[in-house]
Amino acid sequence: MKEAVLTTDHISMEFGGLRAVSDLHMQIYPDEIIGLIGPNGAGKTTVFNMITGVYKPVEGQIYFGNQNITGLNPAKITKMGIARTFQNIRLFNSMTVLENVMISKHLRRKTNIVEAILGLPKYNRERQEHYQACMELLKKVQLDDVSHEMATSLPYGKQRRLEIVRALATEPELLLLDEPAAGMNPNESQELMEFITRIKEEFNLTVLMIEHHMEVIMGICKRIYVLDYGVNIAEGSPREIQSDQKVIEAYLGAVDTDA
Amino acid sequence: MDDRKNIKFILNIVLLLIIGIFLWWGQDNLSAFYIRILNLSAIFAILGISMNLVLGFTGMFSLGHSGFMCIGAYVAAILTMSPASKEIIYFMEPIVPVLAKVQWPILPAIIAAGIVAAIFGFLIGIPALRLRDDYLAIATLGFAEIIRIVVTNTISITNGSLGLKNIPSVKSLWVYWGIAIITIIILKKIINSNWGYAFKAIRDNEIAAEAMGVNIFSHKVLSFTIGAFFAGIAGALMAFLITSVDPTMFRFTFTFQILLIVVLGGMGSLTGSVISAVIITILMEVLRVVEQPFDLFGLLQIPGLPGMRMVIFAIGLLLVILFYRQGLMGTREFNWDYLLDKIHSFKKRGASM
Amino acid sequence: MSMDIFLQNVANSITLGSLYALIAIGYTMVYGIIRLINFAHADLLMVAAYIAFYGILIFTLPWYWAFILAIVLTTLLGVSIEKVAYRPLRNSPRISVLISAIGVSFLLQNVAIVVIGARPKPFPRPEQLVWNIKVGEISFLSLTILIPIITFILLILVMFIVKRTKMGIAMRAVSRDFETSSLMSVDVNKVISTTFVIGSALAGVGGIMWSMQYPQVDPLMGLFPGIKCFIAAVMGGIGSIPGAMIGGFVLGICEIMIVAFLPGLSGYRDAFAFVILILILLFRPGGILGESTVEKV
Repeated sequence: MKEAVLTTDHISMEFGGLRAVSDLHMQIYPDEIIGLIGPNGAGKTTVFNMITGVYKPVEGQIYFGNQNITGLNPAKITKMGIARTFQNIRLFNSMTVLENVMISKHLRRKTNIVEAILGLPKYNRERQEHYQACMELLKKVQLDDVSHEMATSLPYGKQRRLEIVRALATEPELLLLDEPAAGMNPNESQELMEFITRIKEEFNLTVLMIEHHMEVIMGICKRIYVLDYGVNIAEGSPREIQSDQKVIEAYLGAVDTDA
Repeated sequence: MDDRKNIKFILNIVLLLIIGIFLWWGQDNLSAFYIRILNLSAIFAILGISMNLVLGFTGMFSLGHSGFMCIGAYVAAILTMSPASKEIIYFMEPIVPVLAKVQWPILPAIIAAGIVAAIFGFLIGIPALRLRDDYLAIATLGFAEIIRIVVTNTISITNGSLGLKNIPSVKSLWVYWGIAIITIIILKKIINSNWGYAFKAIRDNEIAAEAMGVNIFSHKVLSFTIGAFFAGIAGALMAFLITSVDPTMFRFTFTFQILLIVVLGGMGSLTGSVISAVIITILMEVLRVVEQPFDLFGLLQIPGLPGMRMVIFAIGLLLVILFYRQGLMGTREFNWDYLLDKIHSFKKRGASM
Repeated sequence: MSMDIFLQNVANSITLGSLYALIAIGYTMVYGIIRLINFAHADLLMVAAYIAFYGILIFTLPWYWAFILAIVLTTLLGVSIEKVAYRPLRNSPRISVLISAIGVSFLLQNVAIVVIGARPKPFPRPEQLVWNIKVGEISFLSLTILIPIITFILLILVMFIVKRTKMGIAMRAVSRDFETSSLMSVDVNKVISTTFVIGSALAGVGGIMWSMQYPQVDPLMGLFPGIKCFIAAVMGGIGSIPGAMIGGFVLGICEIMIVAFLPGLSGYRDAFAFVILILILLFRPGGILGESTVEKV
């Protein structure tokens, strides 16, 4: 059996006495697309925040491959190969599309600031490489024509795509997507599904995805974890989840496409 | 695209040459009064852009600039005063022996001032930069005050509240504006580099920046330290311009003026800070009028209002922040692309006629 | 140290602590409600002192009228500042309103310099309030008893308003959760104005009592107490009124006692508060009684 890319070993999170996540045990294997679903407030984003180091779990450990990443600095975790997007788009609003993506290459730098100030060829070369890599990424997602526009001037759907591309630029092994289809209509969701499948193949990614759009989840996820009030109430293939009584109850029967 | 790059390079060289010529002419032809104003505005330009790096580009509300200036000024003064002066000036307590015989030339002293200020910036930044905006403001204000208080009390190093006099006087436009231009070039390079992007990312959305792998803390400390370095250099230049320093020079009033310069010029625009530095320095002089008694057509004598300048500046700051938060330049910079694009489209229109 | 000097120091520290506590409450209330360090708060102290000064000396008002006038005008000024300089920036980035606060503070100080002159002036202490008391070998000013008592009464008043009145509940709601409160038909503007009324009034009273204890007024007299009182508020836990009281007292006591026992450090007296601030912000930013807020990611 292949080694897990990510293991959350019975992790819990508490905020001032309130248990947001209890005893969550998840394992994600290479090349999988895993879904994390649950009603609003179930603690899904908190799980992301624990994995990416924004919060330190009060109990349990998190492993990336065989490395313990519990409570590490988020920037370090990104460097190790986990990237994420956010539920509410967090683009850098004073910068262009291209600049937003270039930021993600900073962590892969091999030069220092003095070399930058002096304008040494070593720095210029690295900068050029980063530039090319970012433009290629943008081309792959058809955002290259707007590369010099302000990131926040893009329409909503493109902004979401930009967020994903920005995360991709950090060269991750594991990609965490937080509600990538939020606010999209069925057509756009369909495109998103194809998009995610495509980038997974092309960049050799493992994907963990939070979503409310059930057709997206059911469509591309291999396995799904269901969270309710911070507790994992079910786990399994899309078909298993769809017929799971506890899941249905948790959603109060609203297991259909979201608006 | 390379063509454009070459053109810009040439344009920059031409600009520097023009500035050089002006400095050369000015040094010989302008009166001492005007030269002093130009020198003072160079110092404020350096202060403005270094504070803009910290406040405008990285989004850290630091009020500690005057403290680093103080350090820079004292370092420069102590390093360049002649041993004879030192003996006379330090009459309450003699200066610490290791410094008594030291006398360096100007330029190394300026660099030393920057480095020492940067070291303090680093040491102060490490605790202080863990704090959020408002707390950071008070903490850095506190540190600046602590520096002042320590300087006032370590009499054997700084001569305490008596201050230092007989600092070698430097009057050359070349020194002040030369250093100012180098500062502008260095900061421009930093802002346009990946580190500059990282700083702006931290300002725009710290959490996202961290998620994209930017180590927030180390970058904040870096930005802060660079800001302190140039503040130290500005302090040293101040010492050489005024030829005397004392702890009360570096009160909050200074930081306020720099804040005004940054806000007026546009937080996030180097060009804006340089322009507003010159404007504010000139205004400072012009407004002296308001503080002197005023003779109205020989009929009325309007008494001077000392302190009125600062009132006007305070009102100015409030007006800008309330009604025109972008300041003069917002986040735009002067760049050749803008001009070249305009010329290009003008030519195109001409060709199609 | 002899007993009477020690007792003298104790008396001074309680007095200073009371004054700090009064002013610290204003900072903590405003911060709790709109997350702003009101840099101009301490300058209200100076304004009240000057109004009282002019009232008594130039307009020859009896001291009680001068004091009341000072407090009323100071309160009005405080509320106006909020309306003019802070409210328009409520939806702007935090840095903007901080800059505005600095601008207001700087403006107040410099207007005072222009109108009144930078030279310190002696404050006319009313004899009815300030007299010498002798207990055995020790003699002290009536202020030593008066100031803590007045402070105590005011503190109880504030706690009553905050805990028992409808407005007080509204204030606590707004400081807990701004958005939800405004959705719950709480008139947020009114709540904020009331907060400024209370804070400014306390600053006004504090200013007058300060100038009786340290009978010298100058345009920058609010500067240092201001920063120290903010530090006191942070020490007690920013946003917590009891915390501000505790912080104020602790700071006042420390300041006087440390210099009393270590006179060699008296030059560094003003630095203590800053050192304490930095230690607190590093090791216990929530302060003694404070709570931390977690930012939603």
